Amino acid sequence: MIQFLLNNELVELEASNADLTVLDFLRTKRRLCGTKEGCASGDCGACTVVVAEPMSVSTTEHILTDKIESKVEGKTECGANVLRYQNINSCITFLGALHGKQLITVEHLSGKDRLHSVQEAMVTHHGSQCGFCTPGFVMSLFALQKTIPIVNEVSNNDHDSDGGKTTKNPPGNQKLDSANAKRHRASIDEYLGGNLCRCTGYRPIIDAALQSMENLEHDQFDRSSKKTLNRLNAIRHSSDFSFKSSRYPFYIPENLAQLHELMSQFPDARLLAGGTDLALEVTQQLKSLPEIILLTEVHELKRIVEEDDHFEIGSAVSLSKLLDLLAPHYPDAKELLLRFGSRQVRNQGTIGGNVANASPIGDLPPMLIALNASLVLQKRIASTIQTRIVDAENYFLDYRKTDLQPGEIIQSIHLPKPVLESGVKKQLKVYKITKQFDDDISTICSAIHIELTDNVISSIRMALGGMAAIPKRATHCEEAMIGKTFNKDTISLAQRAIKKDFQPISDARASAAYRILIAQNMLSRLHFEISSPDVPTRITTHV
Amino acid sequence: MSDNEQIVMGPGKKLEHESASKHVTGKAIYIDDQMVYQGQLFACIGGSQIAHGRITILDLDAVRSAEGVIDVITAKSVPGKLDIGPVFPGDPLFTDELVEYWGQPIFAVAANSHEQARKAITLAHIEYQELEPVLDLAQAMDQSFYVRPPHRMQRGNSEQAIQSASHRIQSKLLVGGQEHFYLEGQASAVIPQEDGGMLIYTSTQNPSETQKLVAEVLDVPMTRIDVVTRRMGGGFGGKETQAAPWSCVAALFASRNQCAVTCRLSRKDDMVMTGKRHNFINHYDVGFDDDGSISGIKYTLAGQCGYSPDLSDAIVDRAMFHCDNAYYLPNATVDGLRCKTHTVSNTAFRGFGGPQGVIAAETVIDEIAFELKKDPLEIRKRNLYNTTDRNQTHYHQKLDSFTLPEIIAQLELDADYWNRRKQVSEFNATSPILKKGLALTPVKFGISFTVSHLNQAGALIHLYTDGSIQVNHGGTEMGQGLMTKVAQIVAQEFQVSTDRIVVTATRTDKVPNTSPTAASAGTDLNGMAALNAAKTLKYRLTHFLSDKYQLPAEEICFKNGEVQLRDDALSFAEVTKEAWLGRISLSSTGFYKTPKVHYDRQTASGHPFYYFANGASVSEVLIDTLTGEYKLLRTDIIHDVGNSINPALDIGQIEGGFIQGLGWLTCEELKWDNQGRLITDGPATYKIPAISDTPEVFNVRLLQNSPNSEATVFRSKAVGEPPLMLAISAWCAIRDAIASVEGRTTFPQLHAPATPEEILRAIHRD
Repeated sequence: MIQFLLNNELVELEASNADLTVLDFLRTKRRLCGTKEGCASGDCGACTVVVAEPMSVSTTEHILTDKIESKVEGKTECGANVLRYQNINSCITFLGALHGKQLITVEHLSGKDRLHSVQEAMVTHHGSQCGFCTPGFVMSLFALQKTIPIVNEVSNNDHDSDGGKTTKNPPGNQKLDSANAKRHRASIDEYLGGNLCRCTGYRPIIDAALQSMENLEHDQFDRSSKKTLNRLNAIRHSSDFSFKSSRYPFYIPENLAQLHELMSQFPDARLLAGGTDLALEVTQQLKSLPEIILLTEVHELKRIVEEDDHFEIGSAVSLSKLLDLLAPHYPDAKELLLRFGSRQVRNQGTIGGNVANASPIGDLPPMLIALNASLVLQKRIASTIQTRIVDAENYFLDYRKTDLQPGEIIQSIHLPKPVLESGVKKQLKVYKITKQFDDDISTICSAIHIELTDNVISSIRMALGGMAAIPKRATHCEEAMIGKTFNKDTISLAQRAIKKDFQPISDARASAAYRILIAQNMLSRLHFEISSPDVPTRITTHV
Repeated sequence: MSDNEQIVMGPGKKLEHESASKHVTGKAIYIDDQMVYQGQLFACIGGSQIAHGRITILDLDAVRSAEGVIDVITAKSVPGKLDIGPVFPGDPLFTDELVEYWGQPIFAVAANSHEQARKAITLAHIEYQELEPVLDLAQAMDQSFYVRPPHRMQRGNSEQAIQSASHRIQSKLLVGGQEHFYLEGQASAVIPQEDGGMLIYTSTQNPSETQKLVAEVLDVPMTRIDVVTRRMGGGFGGKETQAAPWSCVAALFASRNQCAVTCRLSRKDDMVMTGKRHNFINHYDVGFDDDGSISGIKYTLAGQCGYSPDLSDAIVDRAMFHCDNAYYLPNATVDGLRCKTHTVSNTAFRGFGGPQGVIAAETVIDEIAFELKKDPLEIRKRNLYNTTDRNQTHYHQKLDSFTLPEIIAQLELDADYWNRRKQVSEFNATSPILKKGLALTPVKFGISFTVSHLNQAGALIHLYTDGSIQVNHGGTEMGQGLMTKVAQIVAQEFQVSTDRIVVTATRTDKVPNTSPTAASAGTDLNGMAALNAAKTLKYRLTHFLSDKYQLPAEEICFKNGEVQLRDDALSFAEVTKEAWLGRISLSSTGFYKTPKVHYDRQTASGHPFYYFANGASVSEVLIDTLTGEYKLLRTDIIHDVGNSINPALDIGQIEGGFIQGLGWLTCEELKWDNQGRLITDGPATYKIPAISDTPEVFNVRLLQNSPNSEATVFRSKAVGEPPLMLAISAWCAIRDAIASVEGRTTFPQLHAPATPEEILRAIHRD
C-alpha cells in the first residue's frame, strides 16, 4: 500500500498501475485541476507541486540532508526533525515515489479566506496574465520561500496561530535595497528557472519572488509542521517498504538486501532513481512500465561518506544535494550543477540515475571522467554480494549502452576531492554550452582537469559530452598537451587534435561544425582563464 | 456593495487582472479542467508521417480494435464541408489523399481516456506514394511556388533614386519563425444538444469562426452551434485560426456518439500540427546619401506560408506595411511573396508579419551606419518620419501624429545612451573575449485589421435589479486583461465600482458575428462597443428618471456610485430597480466600427490603419566570442499607449511582448529534418525565454500626457503587439557587439534568431 499525505488528507492506495504519474493522479483521479499539464516532459514547470519530507539537520552546517557521514570531522546528527519542501514536476513523478511524504498542491496553499503570502505577492505584482503557468510558479515560489529560514522552527508552533508576518522583516511592501535584490535574484533564477511563462516576461514574477523572500510569514505549514512530521514518520515507521503487491507493483526497498531480493524476484522491473528521464518513456513514448523498483529510499544508496581524499556518494543522492556537497570544493561543479536541468529536476534526479541513463550528453559524466571518478557496482549472485569498481571513463560503451550487467546496480560514485598540497596547481574547469542558461540540455559539455608544474602540463584529463555517442575522453587532445608548456602553441595543437577525438553529429541543438568549433574554443578559454585570470571569459560569472 | 461607494477603479487605475486570485489559487478553469461528463470521450489526431505524397493504404483496423477506442473518423466521416480554410480554401479537416505536410491530420480516434486515444493512434497502418517535397523557402522563391499571388506597394521611383544615390547596399536577411508555445495547448470540449446542436467550450481567439466552421462541417445552421470561451491559457495569434479544427473533430465525435467529447493536443502534436510565425527572406537594395538619408529602396519580402493560404495574404501584407518601420522612404518598391512549402501552414503570431518587416528596416539602418561609420542612432533619427513634409508611407497613408521623436529624445536621456556608448567602447577595448553591444530601436505599428470589415465589434450589457451589471462582448480573454479593461470602461460610464461588474465568458449566442481578438484591437473595438451599450442604457435611465422626477436630463448625474438628482441622490441599485418597475429595458447591445480605415489593393494605397502605436527601447548585451553565448544586461523602454486604461496591464503587455520578441530573435529556433519533420517539437529542444533571460535592469515607462489623437476609447492606444518589436534593440545590440570584435571590416550579417551558433557564425562571417 502506498501511503502519503495529499495536503492534509491521508491517501492509502492499494491498487494502481505502477507508472501512474502524480499529475494524472491529481487531474484524473482526484479532479484537482489546479495543477496544469503544459508539456508532460518536465520542461515547463506548469505541473509543479511541492513535496515535504522529513529530514534531519546536521548540527554543524545548515545543509538539509539525510546524512553526511564524515570520517574526517566526525559531525553529529539528530533524527528526522524538520520538513524539507522541494518543488518537483508532477508530470514526471510516479505516484509511488510519494510514499511517506506530503504532497502539497496549489489548492491547499491559501487559507479559507486569505491567500498565502506567495499568492498575494503574485497578485500584488500582476504576476499572472493568462494564468496557466501560475499555479506552478506559485508552488516554486512557496518552495523558494521555505528555504529562507533553513531550519524551520519545529518547537515553537502548533499553538502559534496569529499568522502574523514576523520572521525577518516588518510587514509591508517596503522597497528592497538593490544589494539585497541582486543577491536574491540568483536564488530566484535558481528556483524558478524551470517554470516557463509565455506572457509576463517574468519581471513581475521576480518582484513577487523578492517580496516573498523578504516578507516571510509564519504560515499554516509552519504551524502544523510538527503534526505533519509525526504523521509522516508514523507512515514511515509502520510500513514495510518492500511489500509486494501485484495490485500496485511499485516496490520501495529500504536497504540493499531488500533491493537485491526484489530485483531477483522481478527481473523485468525498471529501476527508478529519480525518473526525470524514465518517466518520458511513459508520457512521451506512451510505453507502460508494469513494475517499478524505487531506489531513492534505499538508505545505503542515499549515503554520502567523506574520506580524506574522496567522497563516496551514494547513487541515489539527488543533484540538489550533490550541488550542496561539491560547491565548496569545485567551483566549476557548482556552476555546472546550477545549470543542470531545473531545480525541479535536480530535486528529483540523482547522480546514479544520470550515470546509468548514459545519455550522450549526460552533464555529470564528462566531469566524473575528468576527475577520474569510479563507480562502485554491485550485484547479488545466489546469496553473495559481488562488488566491482569501474572507472567512469570505461563505463560508457556505446550509445545508451554501458558496462552495467543485468541485475547489477550502481551503489556509489567514488569522487576524488581536490588535492590541497601546496605547490600543486590542479584545476577543474567545466564548460557547459547551451542555447539558454536556464534548464537547457548541453550542446556540448567539456570538463578538463589539468595540472601545471612550472607552466608545464604535468597531468591532464579531459572529457566531453554531446560530441559522440557517449561521454568520452579526449585522448588525442590530452596527448597533444601532456608534458608541453602551457601556451598558445600547445593549445593550437590540442585544438587540431580534438578533431581526431570527435566526429559529432548535427541535431536539434546545433550543427556538427559548431560543436567542433566550440570544443576547440573551450581550449582557448582554458588558456585565458589560467594564464590571464583577470580577463573575463564567462558570461555566467561576469554578469 | 455599499450605496455610497467611491469610484476607485475607472480607466487609468492599476486594477489587478479580474482572474488574478483565481490564477494563483488554481481556481481559474481552463478547458481540460472542466467537469467530466458520464461517458465522455477523449479525442486524439492521427497525422501523416511524410511531408508530401499520396495515401495509398489507410488501414485503421488495429486502431479501431485498440483498448478503449469507441470511434475512429476520417475525411469520409464528415457530413458537411471538409475544407475549413478560414479565408481561402485549402485546409481540409482531414486529408483523404494528398498529404502536404508532416503531421497533416488523416484520422482521429475517440477513446475512453486521453491516454488510450494517444496509444491507439500509433497503431495505424498507412502507406504512401511519396512525392518530392518543397521544404525550403529559398527553393520555393526560386520556383515561384506560391499559395497566393505576389503583391506590390510602390511610391516614387526607387530604381532611379537608388541609381543616383551616392551609396548603395544590396543584401539579404533571414528571419526565423516562432512557435507560439502558449502554456495551455489547443483544447476543445463539446457537449451535444437537442436537434443536432453543439455547445462548445474551447480555447480560441475566434469563437465566431469556430461556430461557422463546426456548423459547416456538421452541415447544420450556425444557430445550432454555441461557442463559449471564458479564457485561454495564452493565445498570441496561435488560437486565431488554429483552434478551430479541434472543435470540429470533437463536434464530429460528439455528433456521432451523442456524448461529450474533449479534444486536446499533447504538446508535441500541438507543435507539429499547428502553424507558426512565418519565417522570411528579406532582400533589400537601398540607396542613400553621405549623411545617411535613404533616397530609395527596393524590398522583396518572401514569407514561408506552408502548404495553404490560411491568413498569409494579410500577414505578408503587414510585413510590407511595416518595412519602413519609423522611417520615411521617399522612393520605395516593396514586393511581397507568399511562398508555398510542404510544411504546416504558418499563421498569425503577435505582430502578424509586422515584426518581419520592421527588422528589415532596422537592419538597413544599421548597415548604412556601419558603411558611413556613424552611430546607428544618428541614422535612425535622420530618417524618421515627421508630420509635415516627410509624412507619407509607401502605401500612401499620411501620418497625422507621430510621437517617436519625443519618445526617442526622452529615452536617450533616461537610458543615458551616449555615456553608455562610451562605456561599452571602453569595456570592449579591454575585454578580448566578452564584448558588449548597445542599440536603440523604435517601433511604429499600424493599428487596425488591414482587412477592413473585421474592424467591428459588438457588446451586450444587462443591468439587474440589485444594481449589478453583466457585460458581454465579442473579445476573448487570453491573459491580456481585456475583461478587466472593459469592466473599467463600463464602470467609468456608469460611475460605479468594477466590483459591481462581471464580464462573462465570450459566447456566440450573446454577441454574434464577432471578429477574432487579434490585431491588438481587442480593447479598441470591444471596449468601444461596451461603452456604446453602456451609453444607451445610461440614456434610457436618465430619461426615465427625468420623466419620473420631472427634472431636466442635464440635472441627472451618475457620480461616485450613485445617481444625483438635483437635491437628492439614488443608489445605482435603486435606479435599476425603479427603472425595472417603470418597465424600462435594462439590456442593451452596443456596436462599434472603426472609422477612416480603407485600403485598395489594386492601387496599393489607402489608409489601412486608424492610427499608429509607438515605442522605443535601448538594450545592452554581452556576448562571448568563443561560444556565441549572450546575455541581455539592461533594457529601457518608453512606450506610447495613449491614455492608459490600466497602466499595470499595459506594462505587463510591454514587458511580456518584449521578452517574447527577445525569444523570437535569440533562443527560439525551429528546425526540421530533411524529410520535413519538425525536430524541435517540445520545450527540451525549442527554448523559449526563461526567467534568467529577463535583464537585471528592466525599466519600462509609459509615455505621459499623450492622449491618442484619434477618438479611441478614452483616447487609449492598442498595446498587444507593438512591444514585441521593441526586442529588436537587443538583436541589434548583439550585432553591435559583433561589430566591435577587433579587426572587423564588414557589416556583420546576422540572421534571426541570433542563437549562440548564429552569433559565432556571424563573428566568423567577415
